[in-house]
Amino acid sequence: MAPVDTASAATLDQAPADAPARHTGHGARRKVRRTRSDWLVVVIAVVGAIVIAAPLLLILLNSFKSPTDYASKGPLQLPIHPYFQGIIDFWNRVDFPRKLWNSIFISSLVAVFAVALSVLNAYALGIGRVRARTWIIVLFLLGNMLPQEALLYPLYMMFKRVGLYDNVWAIIIIFTVIQSAFGTYLLSSVYGTFPKEILEAASIDGAGRWRILWQVVVPISRSTLSVLMIFFFIWTWNEFLFPLTFLISNDNQTVPVAITALQGQRLMDVTTTSASALLGLIPTLIFFLIFQRTLTRGITAGAVK
Amino acid sequence: MTTLPVRSRRARKRRPDASLLPGHGHGRFWWYLVPGFAALFVIIIVPLCWNVYLSFTSYRGIKPPIWIGTENWVRLFNDATFWTSFRNSIAMIIAMVIVPTLLGLLLGATLFDVVGKKFGGKLASFLRATYYLPQILPTVVAAIVIGWVLRPGDGALNHVLKAVGLGGLASNWLGSPSTALVSIMVVLVWVQLGYPVVIFMAALGRVDPELYEAAELDGANWFQRFRAITINIIRPEIFVVLLTCTIAALKVFGPIYALTRGGPGTSTIVPSYYSYSQFFQSQQVGYGAAISTALTVVIIIVSILFIRVQERAERTERDG
Repeated sequence: MAPVDTASAATLDQAPADAPARHTGHGARRKVRRTRSDWLVVVIAVVGAIVIAAPLLLILLNSFKSPTDYASKGPLQLPIHPYFQGIIDFWNRVDFPRKLWNSIFISSLVAVFAVALSVLNAYALGIGRVRARTWIIVLFLLGNMLPQEALLYPLYMMFKRVGLYDNVWAIIIIFTVIQSAFGTYLLSSVYGTFPKEILEAASIDGAGRWRILWQVVVPISRSTLSVLMIFFFIWTWNEFLFPLTFLISNDNQTVPVAITALQGQRLMDVTTTSASALLGLIPTLIFFLIFQRTLTRGITAGAVK
Repeated sequence: MTTLPVRSRRARKRRPDASLLPGHGHGRFWWYLVPGFAALFVIIIVPLCWNVYLSFTSYRGIKPPIWIGTENWVRLFNDATFWTSFRNSIAMIIAMVIVPTLLGLLLGATLFDVVGKKFGGKLASFLRATYYLPQILPTVVAAIVIGWVLRPGDGALNHVLKAVGLGGLASNWLGSPSTALVSIMVVLVWVQLGYPVVIFMAALGRVDPELYEAAELDGANWFQRFRAITINIIRPEIFVVLLTCTIAALKVFGPIYALTRGGPGTSTIVPSYYSYSQFFQSQQVGYGAAISTALTVVIIIVSILFIRVQERAERTERDG
């Protein structure tokens, strides 16, 4: 999944859809002629967007209904008597605050550690240009491309042996490595174009490699690093296979695992199931809204100024 | 993503293997790779090799693995479920690669060309964000959302079908073998569509409007211009989308686990779920390792093929 989302991170900003609007905005508005087929196209695009949003809106609508309300009025009716029992029941049954904390703890630490590791690797590969760097980068990328099933059982045995099975630290360690494999690939190409004059100036001032890394390279690439950190956070939050197999006790589960674990049980009536999906959606929607500006600021645009 | 260090190889030839930091030979930078290499070795390389080794053993998780040579592999090639799982992977590729790429091209181009230019960038950005929304959800949660709509009996889709007089079409969408795979495919199209839309809209920013104007003067209609100009210019992005989505499609696990567990029967089984069930349900660790190794090999072959094809396309373009 990983490379999928980052490519969009890298491009979300480069050509925002509103760029052409700036050319045609205000003064030029008179020139815009909308033909009938233009209207047809825009209607199709809007209908498509409604179809995409519809399942989410249905979940929102029906999480606040009682099962009897749902049975009598169907899924499309607005909730007449707002009903919170489904959400409250599910919240308590899975001990949702605990799961939220686990997910936040794991994802934040992975984001920080993976970015730190990526920076060290990319400093050697992009700026240090060590020998055979192309092959080393391919090796790291491979680490990110592999199906996780190919690592699952050996890692399960290893972490069991060292006593970290069913421990959030196992997940933190594994995803620090998997995410930094991708971060190394991306940051190496960003650092490969780092402005030489800045490095030369720092070098003339007598700074060593370690100081140049932390006092010149990292501050200048800060915005790339923060975008990377946000993506690592969200990807780790969304991970499923490893948390599912490694975090078996209730107290250690992450949000996606906890939501999935209760599906299909007899206690889950139709609106409680809807409420469970809603609780699974909300955190990621909040990240999307909070981080949208940082993400659109850009991975390459702000990196080198 | 397309700016791999490969591109700057020519530039580098002039000053071979010098670090960007004057006075610091590239050899001194090896130290910075030590933690990254150690981590990669312990968490990726060792487990990967170990998994390949396990695929040649009989291992049930308790007593130490016993070397049985190629027995698992022979069994694998004669296992109908294994072939079904890869046949279902093709369905996943249709749902995650082919449909989203085609729809994404059309939607991206219309959002950029028509909506963005004639109805305002705000509307285009808003629509793009809406299409992208399912992408940011955990895939299991996305699956649960669609699974809720497709609930048997009182699910929203069945409800609506009954309300409009099509009650006869109501079905146990995820529970019957004839509709389960298609239902999973719907989940994946829903999740995946926003990704090509976002990538292609960004790529379209590179297209020089004068090219379009010239083609328009020559009397080319919108679709001709789209085929002759747009597709050619954003080809690198199309390759990236095809490659990353194909890999993701081969690796699908969450939606299958959350919705059908491969069933009913084996109608929605995929390689990753099949190996997971061998590892942790049947305790056939050696066999599970063989399945996951086979999947790894397929993914590596697909990646190499893609990169080959892309290189050849670039070469023919350069040579005219």
